[in-house]
Amino acid sequence: MNKKKQKNFMNAGPGALSPTTPQARHRKNFCAAFFKKRPLASLERAAPFLFGLIALALWQGAVWALRVPPYVLPGPLAIGAAYFGDYRVLDPALLSTLTVTLTALAAATAIGVTLAVAMAASPLFRAAVQPWAVILQVTPVVAIAPLIIIWVNQPFIALVVCATIVAFFPILSNTAAGLAATPPELLDLFRLNGASRWQILLLLRLPSALPAFLVGLRISGTLALVGAVVAEFVAGSGGFASGLAYSIIEASYRLEIPRMFAALVLLGVSGVVIYALLGLLARMLLRRRGSA
Amino acid sequence: MFTLHAVGKTFPDGLRALDAITAEIGAGEFVALLGPSGCGKSTLLRLLAGLERPSDGSISWESGRQPGPGDIGYVFQDATLLPWADAASNVFLPLRLRGVSRAEAAPRIATMLEQVGLADFAHTMPQALSGGMRMRVSIARALISDPLLLLMDEPFAALDEFTRHRLQEDLRGLWRRSGKTIVFVTHSIYEAAFLASRILVMSPRPGRIAADFSTPLPDGAARRGSPEYAALVADITETFRRVMPA
Repeated sequence: MNKKKQKNFMNAGPGALSPTTPQARHRKNFCAAFFKKRPLASLERAAPFLFGLIALALWQGAVWALRVPPYVLPGPLAIGAAYFGDYRVLDPALLSTLTVTLTALAAATAIGVTLAVAMAASPLFRAAVQPWAVILQVTPVVAIAPLIIIWVNQPFIALVVCATIVAFFPILSNTAAGLAATPPELLDLFRLNGASRWQILLLLRLPSALPAFLVGLRISGTLALVGAVVAEFVAGSGGFASGLAYSIIEASYRLEIPRMFAALVLLGVSGVVIYALLGLLARMLLRRRGSA
Repeated sequence: MFTLHAVGKTFPDGLRALDAITAEIGAGEFVALLGPSGCGKSTLLRLLAGLERPSDGSISWESGRQPGPGDIGYVFQDATLLPWADAASNVFLPLRLRGVSRAEAAPRIATMLEQVGLADFAHTMPQALSGGMRMRVSIARALISDPLLLLMDEPFAALDEFTRHRLQEDLRGLWRRSGKTIVFVTHSIYEAAFLASRILVMSPRPGRIAADFSTPLPDGAARRGSPEYAALVADITETFRRVMPA
């Protein structure tokens, strides 16, 4: 084949290519974002914090003005003071709850993805397992937790098992949906080129399912925290002293309401941080696809 | 190159897609399968690719040689690129699946991208490419394994008219230079008349071959404007008037 000809054949020419070079597109978007969206965008970013500050100020003002006693409703300042007075107890409790949460999330990811892959590979396995996964999902964990805590005599593992049961389902269902949504044309293309089952799984199905998996992971991240706290409540009432839920129970027995609120705030912040970090992870992993 | 002997296809739901398709396709032909939507053109393409088996009849390949992995290049209606891989990695895919290393394939990837006019876009992700450019990557991917047979399923149907004309001209140039055997499914009379060296007109479901045109047309810039082109388009239109139910 003639080299010069080769160079020209199927060459689109400058006219066909220039309008959508990535650089030009990026510049265009950047300009649009800078001139049109910037004032609004920064205000929108600050909005949750401003709203929070105003709400806290109103709360504190109401508590002062109405002289609400702290054992009924402590103000934000009293809650802050409770945290700084008790951080030696609250921080390890937070660490304990987070350890359970993250271990459960890791276990839920492993179980959810493995089951989803097995279900995608074998319709028989899917038929056998799916109803049980749903049953496990719809049974409230508060109802199963006492049993698990009796059966598993190592408390940490018992808590992780409870939190995993709560957390694994969104990962399972989202990953399964993602695996099932692999474009059929690409499956044909892989088969035409003699791809093995492993190649289809690793190079096509799993990467196709990644966005759906990450959606599931984000839901499961917050559910793992919920599961950990519920399990701690059950275990805590059985005398296992660990975690923020136990701190809440203990503080309520002693009517230390500000401390209760401090533990609650730590839980809320943990949930938000987990949710935000998993969102960040998804954005990083999907950045190059542009569809994140 | 291959012969279709009374090939028919009935789907499990009882739908009869193809009926008694008999044709002989020679090596180096550019065949357009032309017909209305739902006449079984794509099904016929899938039978040729070995993605489905005929319900009756058979396909025999010259010297009894069934195409193996990589012997068939397939271009779909959508570019169907992997969204997580850049243009070069997408073109590399068929070789990768057959165990060729990236280093070994690098010169060939570069050549293919250059041939479709995307040499500067090797590391661009699919979503940063225009529809026409994505289709070019898809064509480069189908050609990288130097297939015996190139199957194309309405590849330009989703593109705008200008991009489509450009790609049609480039594809015709590619065929004339490489001598590849191409089977191209389309529902556009104009596209079939412009591109192909032979046009198989298919009737509505169940698909049958209603006519077989191999009218030679002048090549080059005058092709679309030539009286022979206009006459062929008129002939095909007349054929459809006969076979389409009123």
